[in-house]
Amino acid sequence: MGKELKRIKKDSLERLYNHLSVNRRIYAPVRTPDNKVEYRYNPAFADVTFDHIRSTLSVKNLVFPKVENLLYYTVTKTETTVAEADVNKIRDVVLWGAHPCDAAAYDILRSIFCWDIIDTYFLKRLEKLVVIGLSCKTADEYCFCTSVGLSPDSSKGSDILLSPLKNGDFRAEILTEKGSKIVSSQPSLFEEYPGEEILVAEVRKKFDSDLVTKNLSANFEHPFWIENSLRCLGCGACAYVCPTCACFDIQDETKGKNGRRYRSWDSCGFGLFTIHTSGHNPRSVQSQRWRQRIMHKFSYMPERNNSLGCVGCGRCSQGCPVDMNIAEQLEALQSI
Amino acid sequence: MSNLSEKAKGLLENKVVNVVIGYEEGPAGITRPAFITDPVKADKLVYHEKCLQNLAVYLTKPEVKKLGRMAITATLPVMRSIMMLISEQQVTSDDIVVIGISADAKLLDIPGIDVMQGIIEKSDLANPSKDRDILAELNKLGPKERFEWWEKELSKCIKCYACRQACPMCYCTRCAVEVNQPQWIPVQSDIQGNMEWHILRAMHLAGRCISCGECGRACPVGIPCHLLTMHLADQTFRYFGVHAGTSDKMKSVLSVYEPGDKENFII
Repeated sequence: MGKELKRIKKDSLERLYNHLSVNRRIYAPVRTPDNKVEYRYNPAFADVTFDHIRSTLSVKNLVFPKVENLLYYTVTKTETTVAEADVNKIRDVVLWGAHPCDAAAYDILRSIFCWDIIDTYFLKRLEKLVVIGLSCKTADEYCFCTSVGLSPDSSKGSDILLSPLKNGDFRAEILTEKGSKIVSSQPSLFEEYPGEEILVAEVRKKFDSDLVTKNLSANFEHPFWIENSLRCLGCGACAYVCPTCACFDIQDETKGKNGRRYRSWDSCGFGLFTIHTSGHNPRSVQSQRWRQRIMHKFSYMPERNNSLGCVGCGRCSQGCPVDMNIAEQLEALQSI
Repeated sequence: MSNLSEKAKGLLENKVVNVVIGYEEGPAGITRPAFITDPVKADKLVYHEKCLQNLAVYLTKPEVKKLGRMAITATLPVMRSIMMLISEQQVTSDDIVVIGISADAKLLDIPGIDVMQGIIEKSDLANPSKDRDILAELNKLGPKERFEWWEKELSKCIKCYACRQACPMCYCTRCAVEVNQPQWIPVQSDIQGNMEWHILRAMHLAGRCISCGECGRACPVGIPCHLLTMHLADQTFRYFGVHAGTSDKMKSVLSVYEPGDKENFII
C-alpha cells in the first residue's frame, strides 16, 4: 500500500498510547535513574521518552528472546514424550518509539531466520508485532545509519512512523495494513497533515558500504585483522546489544524426569563458538572472530541475503568496553 | 613527547621489548588500549585519569603474547595483577618490562619485581572509597533485602561475559560455564542462570581479586558486579590478613591451609 501522511497532536498521541495499552502489551522506551534508556512493558505515558538517541539493548528480543523454550520432554523408563512449545501462545505486542535503525533490523533478522527453513518461533513473534517507529531528532558520534542505506527518518520496518514537528506535534506515516488498522480504530486522533517539515537529525555518512563489501572479499587474509583486534577482549557485548546478530545456542535442561530444550543468544566473539568435537577450532584466535563479525555483516550477508547485516545503530561501539569502534574500522576498510 | 612515550620509544628502539601495551586516544574521544610495536608510533601513548582499564588482561592473550617480549604501562591495579599472574604461574617476570605509573601520574622506575613489591606494599590496598561506601550501605541491609537488591541488578545481565573477559584473573581458556558435560552452570540468561554465574565468578575470585573494578566498568548494561568481588577482597583481608597481588610468591588463601588461619567463621 502507498503511504499516507497524517498529523497527530501531542495530547492525541497520549490517547493513542493509552488506547493501544488496553488489554495489550506495549513496549516503550523509558529513562532509568542512571540515565540509560531501556524498553519496558506498559510504562505510563509520562515516563516514555521521545528524545533518546538509543537504548542500551536493542529491541530484537521481541522476535528473538534471549531465552526461548522450543520443546518440553518427559523421560520415564518406558517412554519419552515430547511436546513442542506452542507458538499460538505468543501474544500481540506493540513496539512504541523504535528508531528507524531498530525498525529496519526486523527485515534483516527475517532474512536470516527465514533464509531456507522458516523459523516458526521467530515468524510468529514478528507477525504479532506492530512497530510504531519514531524518527530521530538527535544523533551522536556512534550513529551511522546513513552509511548502511538507512536514514534517521527511514520508514523501513515501521507500520506507522512518527516524525517530530516543530510545535511538538508529530507527522504520522501510515505504512502498512497493521498501521491502517490502528488509524481506523481511533480515526479522530489523526488529522489532516498540512505539509510542515519534520525535525530530523543529521547523520554524517562515514563510509561507502559497497566499497567495503568489495574490499572485504579480497582481504580475508590481511594484517588489518590482527592489528585492529588486539584490544578485543572476546566478550559478547557487541553481539548481544546488536539488533541484527542472530546466533543462538541450543541446550537441554533436565530436572528429574522432566526437561526442556531452549535456545539462547550466542556470539561468534566467544572462543568456544566454533570449537569442534575433535578439539579443533577453526577460529582459534580473536582476530579471526573479529573478522567474522565484520565479514558476516558486510560481505557474507550482502552476497547471500542481499542485504547488509547492520543498521548503523552504533550500540556495539558504545557498549564495547575497549572501544572496538565498528564505523571507524569500516571507514578504514574502504581503502585497505 | 611525554616521558612515557620516550621510555616506550627507547625500549622499542633498543629492542628490549617487541611491544609496549599502553593507552591511546581513539578517534571518538575514548581512551583505549594500544599496542605499540613501532618506535615511531610511541608518541601515541597517553596517560591521564581516564586511563582506567586494567591492561594486565592482555598479558595472557595469545595474539598479544605472540608479539614477543612486552612492556606494560602499569598503575597500581596493573602491578597487583602482574603479581597475581606471576604467583599463579601465568607469566614470569622475565617476560615483561613494567613501566610503572604512580598515583599522581609520574613514571616509576621498576627494574625488578622486588622494587614493584615495595611500591605495592607502600600503597593503599583497600577497595576504592566510592565502592567502599556502596558496600557499607549494602551491608546495612538485611540478608533478604540485600538478596533482592542483587536479584534486581543481576536480572539485567545478558551473559555477554564482558566481566569475565575484562578480568586479568579470568585467564582460563575454558571457563567452567563452557563445560557442558555435565552442565555446571545454566547457560540461559534468566534470573537463576545469571545469579549462578555471578556467584560462581565471585567465588573464583575470592582472595584473587585485586579490586581494580574492571568487571563493573566493562559491563554494557551497568551492573556493579565489581562490588561482589570487592566485598570478597574485603572479607579475605578481614579473615586472613592478606591483600591479593602483593607478592609474587603468594599462595591463594582459599587454596592453602596455614596453621595460623583464623577459623572463627567456620560454623
